[in-house]
Amino acid sequence: MIRLALPLAIFALLLGLLLTGLFTADQRQIVQSPLIGQPMPEFSLPLLHEPDTELTRADLLGQPFILNVWGSWCPTCRDEHPWITRLGQESPATLVGLNWKDERADALRWLNAFGDSWDIQIMDYVGNTAIDLGVYGSPETFLVDHEGIIRHKHIGAINDAIYADLVQRIDQLIAASEGRS
Amino acid sequence: MMRMGLSSATHVLSLLCGLLLAGAAAATNPIEPLEFASETQRERYHDLIDEIRCTVCQNQSLASSDVPLAADLRSAVYRQIREGRADSEIRNFMRDRYGDFVLYTPPLAAHTFLLWAGPPLLLVAGALACVVMIRRRRRMLR
Repeated sequence: MIRLALPLAIFALLLGLLLTGLFTADQRQIVQSPLIGQPMPEFSLPLLHEPDTELTRADLLGQPFILNVWGSWCPTCRDEHPWITRLGQESPATLVGLNWKDERADALRWLNAFGDSWDIQIMDYVGNTAIDLGVYGSPETFLVDHEGIIRHKHIGAINDAIYADLVQRIDQLIAASEGRS
Repeated sequence: MMRMGLSSATHVLSLLCGLLLAGAAAATNPIEPLEFASETQRERYHDLIDEIRCTVCQNQSLASSDVPLAADLRSAVYRQIREGRADSEIRNFMRDRYGDFVLYTPPLAAHTFLLWAGPPLLLVAGALACVVMIRRRRRMLR
């Protein structure tokens, strides 16, 4: 009996392992950012609408903000655009757009066509700030608290469920920043 | 008719050869002429981009990927080698931003224990099973 049970048990164990692997493949595609809980990296990037002016990390500190990485070349960014528009209109936190590896003219044309509800737009043409942020695909949305610590990151398009989750997290960050002062 | 058939066959063959060559060229990514201070630096560069994973196309290394982010990360590696940073510093640079996943050789830690110890443990288990079986058979023969 044991002679049969042992190989069968090993087989069942292996089968279970492989099946879990198969069904959790999508989750494992998302690379957990080591930057959650870390200070947002220093940067100095030109504004999309006024390229002669640069925005730095220090300019954003003091209250929580949302940093959304997008590009006119990114089809998923168009999919999530309705939610970004809503976020810009409804969220009390500053919505910062990080235009990633894009031609300025293309970005402006895109915003003209689909609408610009970001509060601030900065350009990372070379992509060094995006590397410092561990960006590997757009759209990506970061939530940063009033002290400049990255608290949350969502990779991929925003949908209804993600939107609700983001709004709740933003409210918590705002409450935390007000509780302090 | 015969000649037509032959020439179209050679056409197909040359097309196939062309495709093969194009594939080989795309895979090795040679269109980035880089200058290094020494041959050691060049080797270090190639070793590093071979062992750092492209997070966009996750089963490719930086060396074998054609996506723009891989090109950016390759140039980040290049820049840091030129600045005289050590391999470990460059690996840490990547890990601080993209996590352990970015390295094809993850560090030995509690959560990677099974990854590193799994194969030797399985080997030992297999050897033990062999010994047990051989002994049992010997006893049966006696």
